[in-house]
Order: sequence, then structure tokens, then C-alpha cells
Amino acid sequence: MTKTVSTPLTDESVKDLKAGDRVLLNGIIYTGRDAAHKRLVEMMEKGEKLPLELQGQTIYYVGPCPAKPGKVIGSAGPTTSGRMDAYAPVLMEKGLKGMIGKGIRSREVVDSIVKNKSVYFAAIGGAGALLAEAIKEAQILAFSDLGPEAIYKLRVENFPVTVIIDSQGNDLYKIGKEQYKVKGKEK
Amino acid sequence: MREINVDVVTKTIEELCIDANYNLPPDVKGALEEAVKMEESPLGKEILLDILKNAEIAGRDQVPICQDTGLAVIFLELGQDVRLVGGDLNEAINEGVRRGYKNGYLRKSSVDDPFLVRKNTNDNTPAIIHTTIVPGDKVKIIVAPKGGGSENMSALAMLKPSDGIKGIKKFVVDAVDKAGSNPCPPIIVGVGIGGTIEMTTLIAKKALLRTIGEHNQNPEVAKLEKELLEEINNLGIGPQGFGGRITALAVNIETFPAHIASMPVAINIQCHAARHKEAII
Repeated sequence: MTKTVSTPLTDESVKDLKAGDRVLLNGIIYTGRDAAHKRLVEMMEKGEKLPLELQGQTIYYVGPCPAKPGKVIGSAGPTTSGRMDAYAPVLMEKGLKGMIGKGIRSREVVDSIVKNKSVYFAAIGGAGALLAEAIKEAQILAFSDLGPEAIYKLRVENFPVTVIIDSQGNDLYKIGKEQYKVKGKEK
Repeated sequence: MREINVDVVTKTIEELCIDANYNLPPDVKGALEEAVKMEESPLGKEILLDILKNAEIAGRDQVPICQDTGLAVIFLELGQDVRLVGGDLNEAINEGVRRGYKNGYLRKSSVDDPFLVRKNTNDNTPAIIHTTIVPGDKVKIIVAPKGGGSENMSALAMLKPSDGIKGIKKFVVDAVDKAGSNPCPPIIVGVGIGGTIEMTTLIAKKALLRTIGEHNQNPEVAKLEKELLEEINNLGIGPQGFGGRITALAVNIETFPAHIASMPVAINIQCHAARHKEAII
């Protein structure tokens, strides 16, 4: 079923999201991928003030294309989340509630999602043109020297995602695969 | 000797970089449409329809299909009766990539100093160039932008000849299983068997350029392609890894003679945004 959810996320709004739900996100989300995560965590280790307040926020693992003239942003689909696994639990401890990406997460990330009542969404990998249509505003917030890896503040309307790992730790990647594998023939 | 100015190469590469990133090849679109009919998972079907819608938007608005517009992998078949004039060929190719990625508003994804500073080169160069000398007086150029997510799931094994077909199947199916949702399924699986390590990985990559629906001309290899496709789709990974019947659209195998002691196997995974365009000068 499709649910409509607004950011920032709360314990309450996250609780209703179950692995496999299709969700339309509305509000502000932030981009961040490899290099931005590395810098954020280094800043936290040094006790520096972060360029964004993490409480209740959602980070979208994306490095968009440059915007064509007249467009808000270029194509903007998700990148593989696993590369952010080393950093995600630290950010969730600081209040990060939502992550949007694609692909498998580590045990540590799943545990942290359950502990912090967070949620991991997937957007469709390779559907960057479609997803960019749901992004209504984009501005660089920090680390502009990183080019496509800079942190952008995005305002999204009905941004389509699917719940992969819910706050109870259910994982659509495991559930879906189990349901559709041809038993006894898979290997 | 036919003379070709390298400026023509630059211009052609620029156009191919943009065309490849905006317009999904018709065979891939056709395979996705077939997949919609075959997919049993309702969520999987929705995802496949969204992927097709995405390709339609990209074509209509002339924007990249995927934000990962890749490293520019270029296959050059250079006729031996061609004399290239007007400058350095490799520089001309890189200039084409530079212009294509700038003028096409494509993402620059190449970082220099890969394990230290990882500084973006800001123009998506250098291109990955594979040149073959062939008979004739033409130059064939294929531009195949390759994204990082699927490339990262690729693998190589130096199998023993005694591992046989069973060993090859196990290695390929395990690699796809382990990759799961990461390489953006439905995927195309390129497999290289034989040669040396660089040859087996190169033919695995070349296998990705084949039109979907075409099989290896050797019936035994074609049979292995079909069997591997079935085993991969029995895994249940499905579109985007959400569960379903369609994990791969095709398995393409290329072979090369191997050393008497060796049976190298490489698997190069390609996401559903299987982009490649070509031109002949």
C-alpha cells in the first residue's frame, strides 16, 4: 500500500512504516554520499558544529547530475547505501531518522535502525529522471567543493520510495527474496 | 590510406556520450516490457513500469536516464587503412568525453588518486579506451558509460579446468546472489571465460554490448547462457531486489582460448540502464 509521509520524521510517523510499503515523501531532505559522510563524521569527532541539525532528518544517498537550464536539478537517483554503513550508525545516534538509498545494509546499520527507531527507504536505482521530477527545490548547503558529492537541501513532493528496513528490523530484501525464490532450484 | 581528422573523432565521441546517457537502447526497453509481462510480484511489476517511465522521461526531456552517467568506456575499432591526422588520438577522445559530459549536463564521476585524495577530475576524463586494429578504412566507435554500482559487484575467479561447467555456474550464480539489490536489478550479466585475467574481464565487458535476445553462436555456450539466466531468475531477488521473478534480463557469455592450466571466469554486471551507442566514421 502507498502511504504519504512528511519530513522531519518522528518516532510516531516511523512506527507506522512497514517493510514493503510504498511511501510518498514530502518536505525537506538532505543529500549526502561517500565524501560528505566522511567529512560529517570527522567534524563530529572533532566536536565541530555540523552544517545541518540531524534530529528527525532524512539523508538521501545521491550525487545528482548538473541541472539543465530551467531545471531544478539533474537526474537524481540513489547510490549504493552500503558504502555509508560505516557512518550511518553514528548519524542515527545524533538523531538521523531516515535514509534513502538502494542496496544491502550491514548488521550494525539494521541494529542501529531498530535502536534509534529509524527507517531505511529505497528509491529506484537507475530512475534518476523520474525521481528528479519530485524534487521541487535544491540548494547547496555545504561542501560545495565536492561537486556532485556536496550536501544539497532538497524540497520534495510525493517523492516515491519503498520501505526496506522498518523500525522493527524487518528487511524487504530478505522477505521478498524468500517469497519469490524457486525452492530447491535456486542453486 | 584514408585520412580522418581527429576532430571528427572528438565530435563523434561528444555526441555519443550524450546520446548514450539520454536514450535507452530499444532492445533494453523491449526486454523491460517483456519483463513486465513475466514478473509475478505486483511490487516488482510496479518497479519495472517505473523504470520504463523513467526511460520515457529521459528520452522526452533529453536528460540522463541515471544520475550515474558512469566512467566513459570507449571501444575503438580502428581500420588499418586509416591515417589519423590533426593531433593526438587519445587526447581527441578525452576531449570528446570532456565536451560531452559538460554540454550534456552529465555527472563527472572520475576521481584521481583513487586511494588517497580521491579528487574529482571535474571533466570525467580520463576515458577508459580499448582500441583494436581491424582491416578496412573505417573507424567504429562505441561509447558505453559504466556506472559504479553495478561495476562494484563484478568478480573474477581463476577456476581450475576440472571445475567445469558446474564450477562456472556456481561462481556466476553466487556472484549475482551476493550482489543482491546493489547493482540495480534487473541486470544484464556479462561473462568472460578463458584467456588471461585482462582478456577474460575485457570479453566479459564486451559481452554487455550484445543486443538482448541474441545468443553466443556456439550452441553449447548459448545453452549455458539460458541455463544461467534461469538459475539467476530462480534466486527470487527480483526488480530492485524487492523480490520477484526477473533478476536478470540476459546472460551473455564470450569465450577465448585459455592456457592449458587455466580457466579464468569473469563476471561483469550491468544495471538495467544498459547504455551504449555506436557510430562509424
